[in-house]
Amino acid sequence: MNSRMGDKNSVNFRIDSLDSLEMVKHRGLKKLLPDIPRVSVGLATCGIAAGGNVIYEGLKELIEKEKIDAYLTKTGCFGICNEEPLVNVRLPGMPIVIFSKLTKEDLPHIVNFIKTGILPENNKNVLCKIEQWDHITTENPITYGKGYPEIPLWNEIPFFKPQRKLIMRNAGITNPEDIEEYIATGGYSALFKVLNGMSPEEVIGEVKKSGLRGRGGAGFPTGLKWEFTRKAEGDRKYVICNADEGDPGAYMNRNEMESDPHMIIEGMIIGAYAIGATEGYIYVRAEYPLAIERLKTAIEQAREYGLLGKNILGTDFSFDIFIARGAGAFVCGEETALIASMEGNAGRPRVRPPFPAQKGLWGKPTDINNVETWCNIAPIIKHGGDWFSRIGVERNSGTKVFSLVGKVKRTGLVEVPLGTPLKEIIYTAGGGAANNKKVKAVQTGGPSGGCIPESLFNLPVDYDHLAEAGSIMGSGGMVVMDEDTCMVDTAKYFLEFAVDESCGKCTPGREGTYQMWKMLKKITEGKGTDEDLKRLEKTAKFVKLTALCGLGQTAPNPVLTTIKYFKDEYIAHIEEKRCPARVCRPLINYYIDPDLCRGCTICARNCPVEAIDGRPGYIHIIDQEKCIKCGTCMEVCTFNAVVKLSGEEIETPLKPIPVHREGK
Amino acid sequence: MTRDEIIEIVKKYETNTGKLLGVLEDIQKEEGYISEEAMRTVSEFLNVPLSKVYEVATFYSFFNLKPVGKHIVTVCMGTACHVKGATRVLEMLEDLLGVKPGETTSDGKFMLTTKDRKFTVNTARCFGACSMAPVIMVDGKIYGYVNSDKLPRILKEYGWGDER
Repeated sequence: MNSRMGDKNSVNFRIDSLDSLEMVKHRGLKKLLPDIPRVSVGLATCGIAAGGNVIYEGLKELIEKEKIDAYLTKTGCFGICNEEPLVNVRLPGMPIVIFSKLTKEDLPHIVNFIKTGILPENNKNVLCKIEQWDHITTENPITYGKGYPEIPLWNEIPFFKPQRKLIMRNAGITNPEDIEEYIATGGYSALFKVLNGMSPEEVIGEVKKSGLRGRGGAGFPTGLKWEFTRKAEGDRKYVICNADEGDPGAYMNRNEMESDPHMIIEGMIIGAYAIGATEGYIYVRAEYPLAIERLKTAIEQAREYGLLGKNILGTDFSFDIFIARGAGAFVCGEETALIASMEGNAGRPRVRPPFPAQKGLWGKPTDINNVETWCNIAPIIKHGGDWFSRIGVERNSGTKVFSLVGKVKRTGLVEVPLGTPLKEIIYTAGGGAANNKKVKAVQTGGPSGGCIPESLFNLPVDYDHLAEAGSIMGSGGMVVMDEDTCMVDTAKYFLEFAVDESCGKCTPGREGTYQMWKMLKKITEGKGTDEDLKRLEKTAKFVKLTALCGLGQTAPNPVLTTIKYFKDEYIAHIEEKRCPARVCRPLINYYIDPDLCRGCTICARNCPVEAIDGRPGYIHIIDQEKCIKCGTCMEVCTFNAVVKLSGEEIETPLKPIPVHREGK
Repeated sequence: MTRDEIIEIVKKYETNTGKLLGVLEDIQKEEGYISEEAMRTVSEFLNVPLSKVYEVATFYSFFNLKPVGKHIVTVCMGTACHVKGATRVLEMLEDLLGVKPGETTSDGKFMLTTKDRKFTVNTARCFGACSMAPVIMVDGKIYGYVNSDKLPRILKEYGWGDER
């Protein structure tokens, strides 16, 4: 196996000319388009959690046992997470076939396909095929092969239909641990172009022309930020990649680091050259161990190939990148807190100005950009700012990756041009709500964002429209909520998060969030009054205006948007003491429907507080005084006899009576 | 950990940036928590006041200041997990392992350890495996789509219920 490929290259050398770059590119292309079958297993965090490692080991064993000459390797995440584990198989000259939802039992069919080219019966596990792929940084799209008319093309599948993969240009196709495959797809050619003929001002000019705005959420123009840092006085300058992706429900940055780490590194080197920085840092949260591992590997490879360190690509330009790890503090996504954390302090934000562009890390001019911002740099340089500005809509150029999760049929990473309507993402890609429910809202931007109701799903997704709706783009999390999600509980959830994660420095951030949380708690317990609701809204507006940093200023957004769009739910909690979604425990009750109960005793046996009265053959009754509303009875009942109600009750016998079998 | 082992960790760091957090994380990786002794040694070798090392160790939710059980079960409390029932998963876990809910350690962090020191239960903000919500992590391994059926089976992989 892999006899002719070799994971480790025997000859390593520093790339210092177009010829040597071309040579490595050639070597990489031989791995991407080998003349033997190429088998790659999706091994990003989600792929591994779905059993990708078992699939990889299983394939390895079978390929070795049957002495098949094939190149088995790993790849990142193709974005369609609920179909994992995924395996790509490309036979020489043929398209890439993507197999999905694989188990160990399916592997013999896959191996048979590798050996004979015969697809599994009924196309079992076949998801789609890729005939041609635009890696964006290549001159022309790479043609993998044509064939298999019975298999749909990747972009014929609903999940991918609205998508345009610019950031995820290599994810799920190339091996993220092999720099040569990155170079094969045109990687580092933008850097070559920059270091051989572009002045720093020209680079900044292209980025400005592209209209690229910061992908961390605030949307500040990247080119302008670079220019400020370039013009700032300082004997030393830094660039930082903000990879402290703390928004719960968002994981596109994790995937970008795990699936294509070199695109971040290339972006950072280009940025450092434009700004005049000599050192760069990637600040990654500790919850992402695999991303850290892959970045480390990529940095080491880049150093070996002369792309980091002294005299990059044989020029006078020197720059190196190091990793700094976070330790579980959401506030560190804020740039001044992030800097404090990197300097070894508790991560507390400070007042700006001075902005990091003037006084950043160790007091030196520092440029901080989000992971995804860096991912866009190489394509912008390769094709020019004008090209990039034509993607998306006015003032919102380019694409954005969203993590589509929650109560939606198809979950995963969806990359679309900015300005794409919300409904395309939620209904076309996501397939709407799961389990025949109705979508009620989507939460964008995490704890700093807001809930957008279904009635506004024609909204184009871009910085300006989301802000108008009271939410924010954030880093790109989209959590879908259905009729079983309580919007008051959701607001409480985010406030609890804000209270927990507040650093304690400013009073609005520390006390304001706590007071809001207390009011929300009261309302979800059915003890709220109209006065509470008014005070809640007033406090929210006050905190928004007065908090020190972005965390505090945006923490009221979930409250304000839910009050704006779902006031009826607040009123139901306050006036009717009812939770319409039946989520808030103090407002719900469980009952056993006497018409459906068969007297099997399973609920009584599983009740943790012995609140259920009954015996075999008798209708069971829940003692409402004793019940802690954990829902265990509902989970274990096989006859769907347990019902959950809020604001209403059903008639039940006072004590267990025999089950009437006849006619039931 | 011995002083020498801590010095070895400190030496691995090429620049001052990110050093303190990195060193503390590496220590926790080895020992499962940061002991007072370890904090004193770090303070001495990094030439940072002990009060600052303590401030940092308590500020970040990642650090444990108390010894932990053999296996660490972390329940993700991210938004996707929340709407898909993470609170219920945490309750089931507390129930199965017999640890009391609502207990927090003196530094205000949520952490529950079983009497036999076999399991520690804690929570995290988000693992970024949202597509498989609700999610838990046991000793660094992620399990998705957790429910009442799956949870006991996962715990059994780590020797839960062996002694019964």
